[in-house]
Amino acid sequence: MTTTEARPTDRKPPQLVDMSWDPITRIIGNLGIYTKIDFANREVVECHSTSSLFRGYSVFMKGKDPRDAGFITSRICGICGDNHTTCSDYAQQMAYGVKPPPLAEHIVNLGEAAEYMFDHTIFQDNLVFVDFCEAMVKATNPGVLARAERTEAPRGEIHGYRTIADIMKAFNPFEGEVYKEALKVSRVTREMFCLMEGRHVHPSTLYPGGVGTMPQPTVFTDYLSRLMRVIDFVKKAVAMNDDVFDFFYEALPGYEEVGRRRTLLGCWGAFQDPKVVDYRYETMNTWGKAMYVTPGIIVDGELVTNNLVDINLGLRIMLGSSYYEDWVNEDPFVTHDPLGNPVDMRHPWNQTTVPVPQKRDFDDKYSWVMSPRWLDQRTGDHLALDTGGGPLARLWSTALSGLVDTPYIKATGHSVRISLPKGESLPETTLEWRIPQWSNTIERDRARPYFVAYAAAMALQFLEEAMGMVRAGETKVFENYEVPDEAIGCGFHEAVRGVLSHHLVIKDKKIANYHPYPPTPWNASPRDMYGTPGPYEDAVQGQPIFEENGPDDFKGVDIMRTVRSFDPCLPCGVHMYVGKGKTLTTLHSPTYGANHG
Amino acid sequence: MTTHSSTAEVSKEPERSEDRQGIDEIHILWISEGMSCDGDTVSLTAADQPSIEDLVLGLIPGLPKVNLVNKVLSPSLGGEDFLAPYRAAVRGELGPFILVIEGSIPNQNIIEGDGYWTSFGNDPETGEPQTLNWWIDQLAPKAWAVVAAGTCATFGGIHAMSGNPTGCMGLADYLGWDYTSQAGLPVVNVPGCPIQPENFMETLIWVLYHAAGSAPPPPLDHMLRPQWLFGKTVHEGCDRGSYYEQANFAKDYNSPKCLVKTGCWGPVVNCNVPKRGWMAGIGGCPNVGGICIGCTMPGFPDAFMPFMDEPPGSTLSSLAVKPYGAVISRLRGMTNELVNHEPKWRHNKRKLTSGYDPRWRP
Repeated sequence: MTTTEARPTDRKPPQLVDMSWDPITRIIGNLGIYTKIDFANREVVECHSTSSLFRGYSVFMKGKDPRDAGFITSRICGICGDNHTTCSDYAQQMAYGVKPPPLAEHIVNLGEAAEYMFDHTIFQDNLVFVDFCEAMVKATNPGVLARAERTEAPRGEIHGYRTIADIMKAFNPFEGEVYKEALKVSRVTREMFCLMEGRHVHPSTLYPGGVGTMPQPTVFTDYLSRLMRVIDFVKKAVAMNDDVFDFFYEALPGYEEVGRRRTLLGCWGAFQDPKVVDYRYETMNTWGKAMYVTPGIIVDGELVTNNLVDINLGLRIMLGSSYYEDWVNEDPFVTHDPLGNPVDMRHPWNQTTVPVPQKRDFDDKYSWVMSPRWLDQRTGDHLALDTGGGPLARLWSTALSGLVDTPYIKATGHSVRISLPKGESLPETTLEWRIPQWSNTIERDRARPYFVAYAAAMALQFLEEAMGMVRAGETKVFENYEVPDEAIGCGFHEAVRGVLSHHLVIKDKKIANYHPYPPTPWNASPRDMYGTPGPYEDAVQGQPIFEENGPDDFKGVDIMRTVRSFDPCLPCGVHMYVGKGKTLTTLHSPTYGANHG
Repeated sequence: MTTHSSTAEVSKEPERSEDRQGIDEIHILWISEGMSCDGDTVSLTAADQPSIEDLVLGLIPGLPKVNLVNKVLSPSLGGEDFLAPYRAAVRGELGPFILVIEGSIPNQNIIEGDGYWTSFGNDPETGEPQTLNWWIDQLAPKAWAVVAAGTCATFGGIHAMSGNPTGCMGLADYLGWDYTSQAGLPVVNVPGCPIQPENFMETLIWVLYHAAGSAPPPPLDHMLRPQWLFGKTVHEGCDRGSYYEQANFAKDYNSPKCLVKTGCWGPVVNCNVPKRGWMAGIGGCPNVGGICIGCTMPGFPDAFMPFMDEPPGSTLSSLAVKPYGAVISRLRGMTNELVNHEPKWRHNKRKLTSGYDPRWRP
């Protein structure tokens, strides 16, 4: 079953060329994309994604003190390590039966808000936007650049750039104004992060049971003053991104097909409400829905569920194209969840990782990434959910559920309204992100700056509530506990680029099983046992090519835009490993400014 | 009488040739394909004293022109385009270059058959993945200098912990601790999980001043760490250290006091982060409420686990400091009481009692 719909048939005889990009730049980790491109019909006909890095966390975590899990799993990812620590602490808190004091939740939320602001900014402006910058567009679509020079930017009075080409120039790497400012902003937001969590990227002050951050008024003042310094940058970023993306639809009719797949989005929720959350599995649906980013699974525009218990029980880790021995005949670690529901053998709680290295064969086994899927009980389909790069699924799920209603954020059922206060140069502004028509490359990218605004707005609320507690003398930030002899736990959270879960089994006070499932295995997964391609493969496969270059000087910018729109971040592939591969005839390895460094 | 001093004179090239053997242009070939999370590259972008764009744009006086090649920051689309300078360096056609390795080095020799642990691009002849180890074997002998970024690359780090399947190790374990580069330097180790941004930039810049011919090699300790950065312990730079001296220990993480009893290894760990902060002086570890888990150390992580328990050695030393610390603490408390009051002559009665004497002489 492929999730891409059939396209109209008005086809010339195919002119097929093998094209590969390995390693992919401007991402973290090792990712290779291997495609077959039909230049006669200007379309990608086949795509395989693979990674060449093995990590093995679920292997070497076994037998360790469970309290160490957050410190160790942070090191899974060099960009969103704190999301792992936080998710691990959530899972441990369930296992230990401990509820951190409310102020600790706010400090964690403030750290995470700063993380989203930092990571999305540096990724969008310093990594993604290089594919949309003047130098790149000149090299791939000179006609589009010429048009951009003639096109006035509709939101120029907000961001200050006259034409679309002026914005593109500002995104030129290391030299463009926005590129440089984004690097600076990414430092200010990281300082905000360090105020709450000590260090970036691997935080020092997060513990299961709470935080060690000293809840003095000063840390909140220092955070607030920095937040207000970047608030206008956030408003400008949204305006600039909207201008550029609207322009692309206009300048290249049909661009909505680039990176488009069925709407199959997953979001596991973020930002706990300290008044509701108690980390008990039995009440998980209640506190899950109280999160300030609502969890949810969206299929073809419909919200299938926003219950975390359903989400948990539907998880399936599949094999098919991965180099692993199946574990279905092992003894399960967990037969039933704490509510008495049966837990599948392919659920992360029951997974056993048995690697079987072998040759890379794109017709058979070609990846050490497993294939996480979600079982839709209604249809029996194992859905290859994607995360929309994170923000698309988060905003979509929050908008559809319509549960978030705070002074700065309102979910309407079809949109999310975000209010930001007055900044240095721009007035109080309300932004509205509306559910788009497509789940495609442009909409994944467009959602990102909106989510930066969302995080900034939530940070304001967390700050106000946290400072209220501190002024009232409510300064406890850590709650003690005992590690039980036997327990299970699960954590659901959003890493910057999407869904993150940690599943933990404790026996004899030691880790018996630990399986983190970050966004990248969901997005970068290979074809599963039913032949369903992973989201990168599915989004690239069948997409049209708009680049003006022919096969001899092809850069592949449309393909790279699609892959990067998912915010690929391979260190969290965790199980990834590639065996010695077969010879692939690569007729062309695309080049762009080879002396650029 | 006149002197020869003028701005033109000062900026003149040194006359003795041994004073001017500098390199004018140098490449930095950064490979992050070691077993790691790429957190060191991400951390590097947090540096602002100086920043990476300052370095790349030539805003730091006295350095050679720097061409940075790093996968995360590269404007290229990837693949062979990105690999071109690395391939040129292997052929001996690009130099001089500083090789930066990020991530720990897996042991390929434990693999039976065709597998490998991590690769960096494909062999253009066969299309098969080219291992990290192959690249290091090719590039290390040709490198002007070799820098290991982060604890994975310096000492093996997380991936080298007990129970790991890859046999990982640090770069100096792999190349040999007696390895020297073309410039006669050993591997320059900048540990930290991840690198403290400014520690790394400062070390890199020292190496570049050395390349320019204006500085001696960076002074390194026996573990090849920059001495000025790793010569003191966490404890010696920690603003909770004085609580230790007074034997005033936090019982849990709700406290601003010394964290030794709740798992902090600061007294024995070589690291300057509490003093320097994490970035721009902000954040850190024990100074802001995080236990030191020894992430800059060769024994990290196993030697420091379980992290949240009191380090075994510290029971005795924190016990020994108890009687002394208790007395000191009590005496300080009395003194503190004294200096926390206003002097008695500040009142609004009718008599001046400040000791004022208009004719006072010593």
